[in-house]
Amino acid sequence: MAGPKLKPEELASKIKYNLPPNGWMDQPVEFREGTFNYSGNPKNVEYLQLPNPRKWQPTDPDWQLPENWKEIILEGLRDRLHRFRSLQIFMDICVRCGACADKCHFFIGSGDPKNMPVMRAELLRAVYRKDFTLAGKIFGKYAGARELTLDVVKEWFYYFYQCTQCRRCSVFCPYGIDTAEITLLVRELLSLIGVNIDWIVTPVANSFRTGNHLGIQPHGFKDSIDFAVDELESITGVKVEAPINKKGAEILFITPSADYFGSPHYYTLLGYLALFHEIGLDYTWSTYASEGGNFGSFLSHDMMKSLNAKMYAEARRLGVKWILGGECGHMWRVVHQYMNTLNGPADFLEEPVSPVTGTKFGNARSTKMVHICEFTADLIKNGKIKLDKSRNDNRRVTFHDSCNPARALGLIEEPRFIIRNACNNFFEMPENTIKEQTFCCGSGAGLGTDENLEMRMRGGLPRANAVKFVKEKHGVNFLGCICAIDKATLPPLMEYWVGGVDVGGVHELVGNALIMKGEKERTTDLRGDPLHIEGNRHV
Amino acid sequence: MNAIFSLVAVIVIIAAAFLGASIPRLDFLFGVVFPYAAITVFLAGIIYRVIKWSASPVPFHIPTVAGQQKSLPWIKDSPLESPHNTWGVIGRMALEILFFRSLFRNTKMEMKSGPKLVYGSSKYLWLGAIAFHWSMLIIVLRHLRLFMQPIPSFVLGLDSLDGFFQVGLPGLYITDVLILIALSYLILRRLTVRRIRYFSLASDYFPLFLLFSIAGTGVLMRYFYRIDLVNVKELAVGLFSFHPAVPQGTGVLFYVHLFLVCTLLAYFPFSKLMHMPGIFLSPTRNLANNSRMKRHVNTWNHPVRVHTYEEYEDEFREKMREAGLPLDKE
Repeated sequence: MAGPKLKPEELASKIKYNLPPNGWMDQPVEFREGTFNYSGNPKNVEYLQLPNPRKWQPTDPDWQLPENWKEIILEGLRDRLHRFRSLQIFMDICVRCGACADKCHFFIGSGDPKNMPVMRAELLRAVYRKDFTLAGKIFGKYAGARELTLDVVKEWFYYFYQCTQCRRCSVFCPYGIDTAEITLLVRELLSLIGVNIDWIVTPVANSFRTGNHLGIQPHGFKDSIDFAVDELESITGVKVEAPINKKGAEILFITPSADYFGSPHYYTLLGYLALFHEIGLDYTWSTYASEGGNFGSFLSHDMMKSLNAKMYAEARRLGVKWILGGECGHMWRVVHQYMNTLNGPADFLEEPVSPVTGTKFGNARSTKMVHICEFTADLIKNGKIKLDKSRNDNRRVTFHDSCNPARALGLIEEPRFIIRNACNNFFEMPENTIKEQTFCCGSGAGLGTDENLEMRMRGGLPRANAVKFVKEKHGVNFLGCICAIDKATLPPLMEYWVGGVDVGGVHELVGNALIMKGEKERTTDLRGDPLHIEGNRHV
Repeated sequence: MNAIFSLVAVIVIIAAAFLGASIPRLDFLFGVVFPYAAITVFLAGIIYRVIKWSASPVPFHIPTVAGQQKSLPWIKDSPLESPHNTWGVIGRMALEILFFRSLFRNTKMEMKSGPKLVYGSSKYLWLGAIAFHWSMLIIVLRHLRLFMQPIPSFVLGLDSLDGFFQVGLPGLYITDVLILIALSYLILRRLTVRRIRYFSLASDYFPLFLLFSIAGTGVLMRYFYRIDLVNVKELAVGLFSFHPAVPQGTGVLFYVHLFLVCTLLAYFPFSKLMHMPGIFLSPTRNLANNSRMKRHVNTWNHPVRVHTYEEYEDEFREKMREAGLPLDKE
């Protein structure tokens, strides 16, 4: 991957929190290379039956919008105000106290005042006031109202695709105003007139057709899993089973497609395979529901529903009892907060019970899908697996709370419990950067593209800076996380700002430490790196 | 610019009240008609807005949680930051509404050379906000003594508590001092912190100036230009019991104060001041983090286009067969 043109110190020195002299309404948006995403491929826009497929780019003066684009957006906004109380409330009650201002990683890393969450929302609110409030109609600009123009649409595109829906601002807002909700709804509005980005549209089209974002077809999926099984055997000497599309299995396991096709996700996959074998889990993979992630949730509620539908549909077809989900961030927001509403009720499944420990997962009794960290933490607590922590002694670990597991689920202690039981060296980053206050990787919600690299490095600065802190203080060299987008985008971020820190999943650490029956003595970890370090008994 | 616009608006309102109330014949207008009209707009407006909000459904269960979920029995959950039941939600909302929990979390980011980011605790906004809101509430409750005969005992209690220090004559209320300091802070913050001024609208300054004028005229009447409270009480009790009568000689300052209050009441439902009822309806705060325990129903959950397994297998059947994957249709 090509890095941003600027060196880290140059980029950092350019971050200024200055404000333009004129008011924000008079400051037009500028599409600068490295800070925005390319438009959706018309072929995939068409495949998804989304409006206005065409070739265009954000830098074009003419966006080739439909003639009545303004009407479409205003009508779309009216419709959403009627369908989402959240939107109605968030439009009406912000007092612009500014508590959110410096909570956004994109504001911190760019200094652009329109990246303050309050301003991001004001971009929509100003239009709302103009067309939907009495004060806005009468007093216009003095009431903060603004006419919807093409420039406004361009500004929306730029800034609502410069929000990773991480919801950190929502934690600090005295009314809980949720920018992720506003961002998603504005993206819906933009999509109505054919304004999309490719890094969302193409994965969504792939996922719709092949079951996963990467467009891997069923035979490719099988190859990939088979390859992982072989690789695991060469490392551990244990041959594991990895059933695919197996009817009548007890549990359906779904994880992001990057886990079986991307690196360093792959080592987490090896961890899953080893763990499931060791506890004798009766489970199956699915090729049809071969994606945990849901890029639809970055585009619209309808697309989220459409892609998510495969999980329950496949669980029903295969006749499993419940679903287990792998490490992923936004996938878990969708599963936790949306799936049962969108595609439930899951009355054809059973309340999840761990077949190994007998623990009932009461917190998942209705949705019937359990997070792998909940599942594994329970195994460890009940002494059902043996872990040799020293096998992770080459790692000095810190943990990045992924936004959604932290702020949508409150899944905070489970991964920490696992890490503490799987390795000896665990260090927390400063408290304002973890748990519910965690900072985004800067590349979530569909923004993890190469063309957007500069903005990603800017947005990821707060996270990277906190890692750097523990690297310098404790010699941290491994950043654990439970999100596929993190695993894809934190490595270049670490390389850019920190250096010498590997990124990997919690279940990679579990896989390293897991003592398997009949295994050979391990000489390497799951990455193939030698276990040898100073004082390590595995020399 | 927005600040000047708002300041001028408030000055015009004061001037109008001053001129209007100086004309004896307009007593009835300022003393009876405007208060009734304002309170009507206030109540009807709030009810209308809340009904309008409530008419939009809550399609999804989207609490923003700020603490450990309730999951495995041996993991300690945090019932107020990530409540899993109604009691927890009530607790969380109470903390939010009574003590501004989220604002209390506020931090201030600073970028030092390196770059090195540091996040310090920043409680001034919280302090200003809590001082203003609580003072305001106590002052409003204290005013009940003007409307009720006999005066309810809790109002008397509040009165003596507020005047605890017994400084000066008439006794100084702590809240009178606090509200002026808090409002001054909130106004100055908006004017001087450039980042805040950048996104502040006229409708952010206007209520601050208005509230400051209300508190200011109140303070003037109590401590500097004494007015006849017997008259005020006669008017207030008359209004409250729907037998309005306008006593003579109450003074122009009182009518200015009253008119400003009427303006605030009438303005309230059309403004951001609706955050007061709005916070109760905010779906990221008023829902329990029990999304996987209990199904949330979306009333408009419309069907969407899906790609079924049958369609999938139809497209990939040959490849699946070759790879030895099981098929539904051979």
